[in-house]
Amino acid sequence: MDYFAQQLINGLVLGSIYGLIAIGYTMVYGIVGMINFAHGDIFMIGGFIALITFLILISVGLTAIPVILLVVLLVSMAITALYGWTIERIAYRPLRHSFRLAPMLSAIGMSFVLTNYSQVAQGARVKPIPPFIKGGYTLHESANGFVIQLSNIQIMVVLTTIVLLAIFTWLVSRTRLGRDMRACEQDQTMAALLGVDVDRTISMTFVIGAALAAVAGLMYLLYYGLVDFFMGFVAGIKAFTAAVLGGIGSLPGAMLGGLAIGLIETFWSAYFSVEYKDVAAFSILIVVLIFMPTGLLGRPEVEKV
Amino acid sequence: MSEETILSVDRLTMRFGGIVAVQDLSFAAERKKITALIGPNGAGKTTVFNCITGFYKPTGGAIRLSHDDGRQIALERLNDFRIAKLAKVARTFQNIRLFPGMTALENLMVAQHNALMRASGFTLLGLIGVPTYGEAEKRAIALATDWLRRIKLLDRADDAAGNLAYGDQRRLEIARAMCTEPALLCLDEPAAGLNARESAALSELLLSIRSDGTSILLIEHDMSVVMEISDHIVVMDHGVKIAQGTPQEVRDDAKVIAAYLGTDEEEAAAVMEGGT
Repeated sequence: MDYFAQQLINGLVLGSIYGLIAIGYTMVYGIVGMINFAHGDIFMIGGFIALITFLILISVGLTAIPVILLVVLLVSMAITALYGWTIERIAYRPLRHSFRLAPMLSAIGMSFVLTNYSQVAQGARVKPIPPFIKGGYTLHESANGFVIQLSNIQIMVVLTTIVLLAIFTWLVSRTRLGRDMRACEQDQTMAALLGVDVDRTISMTFVIGAALAAVAGLMYLLYYGLVDFFMGFVAGIKAFTAAVLGGIGSLPGAMLGGLAIGLIETFWSAYFSVEYKDVAAFSILIVVLIFMPTGLLGRPEVEKV
Repeated sequence: MSEETILSVDRLTMRFGGIVAVQDLSFAAERKKITALIGPNGAGKTTVFNCITGFYKPTGGAIRLSHDDGRQIALERLNDFRIAKLAKVARTFQNIRLFPGMTALENLMVAQHNALMRASGFTLLGLIGVPTYGEAEKRAIALATDWLRRIKLLDRADDAAGNLAYGDQRRLEIARAMCTEPALLCLDEPAAGLNARESAALSELLLSIRSDGTSILLIEHDMSVVMEISDHIVVMDHGVKIAQGTPQEVRDDAKVIAAYLGTDEEEAAAVMEGGT
């Protein structure tokens, strides 16, 4: 039972990270109808920028950890958002009115570009950082000596995710930008006729998605203590699976799917085999696509005749 | 172009490959009046609308919009969101194109994008919550609420637009177009599919919009609506203008009657009369 509880905590933390990435997939799919396969690499870029900012701040002698974390968070969100904006501008917008497959192929190409660019610029080795946030709480200790640990970093990941989700939900449901985004999602032509600059709204979607991915990248860096140029691929595909599981296009679905994938992966590793955890996660993708293509919270597409 | 003209279409031509949809069409719409564009199916009316609202780039001719302050805008050079933003022209389509998943109120709020965009300092200031944005948002809600009251949908404000009754959706579309605060409102068959009572309510709404000072350009097949509210009617057939004038003049025009119902004038006259 204790073992189960511990895995539940681990799964929720991992799921939070997947969920933050999955939101970027689902938002972009909702508004432009394409899968942004470069999104996983945006997450990786976010991790690297966080790492670089960390090292710079430490080398200038900053020691106050809350200040460092805040600066790293803001810098990595801002620069990664710029990456997101640029990618949309140069790789997707020129193909907006091309055939349906074109932006997707462009996205796959962009994913390779980012992976290889990071490999060349930062090297192929795994980049570790020393653990920043130490300590935690022992929730329960059983008779045979097994302890349920809740580390401070886990608390931070989950809290940050909750706060971001609250801000993000408010943004989408209550602000002008959110209304514009939903309007563009439903009818771009009509939105433009009402004076909404559709291109700008789409750019903002990429910017927000990339900023959330940057937060996920930072969390990953803090939680696992390392980044490498290839981490975007598997994490990105898993977040994509999460978005599909939750119902692609649905924002709460993406978060729910992220948590589900995180839990499935963790429990699989805990009770079956760590080596096959990716098989478990991706089997979910296949099963969902076959048996419920609209996912948990997705709306079925009804074609009106 | 006289002071009273808001829209002047001059020798507008639109070809699609070898097909001429609109040929050398010239007409003017007067300020604060309702101008109707009528004609049989396939006459090219919607093509004219699409040229005015930037969907098509005309093959030839000019479309000028003159604002109250004397600014002249070449509509054929604008497209996309600039039609609403710079030219202040709003339009609706033959079929309903509300945002079905958003509430009635939100539909009207999206239409106030530009007012809110300025107030939010192009997003940045809005994100950090400057007070002017909050005030602008309140004004936008007040305007939207006003319109909901006018179209008698105030109690449905928070319902998804897609769940409203057909006639309500039609009125909501007009209200949404009006929330962009247009100088010229272009309506493509607003009465299509409405029953007699709903069309009467629509006529009333359009007349009240006119008396508030917005010019209206209208495509409509429902003659009871056209004849009742139009100040000026332009009749098209096969891409050319065949007649124009007041409702009475158009109704008595032999060419119009022929275009609508072949050459049997008596029968055609009966239809035209029946509409009034």
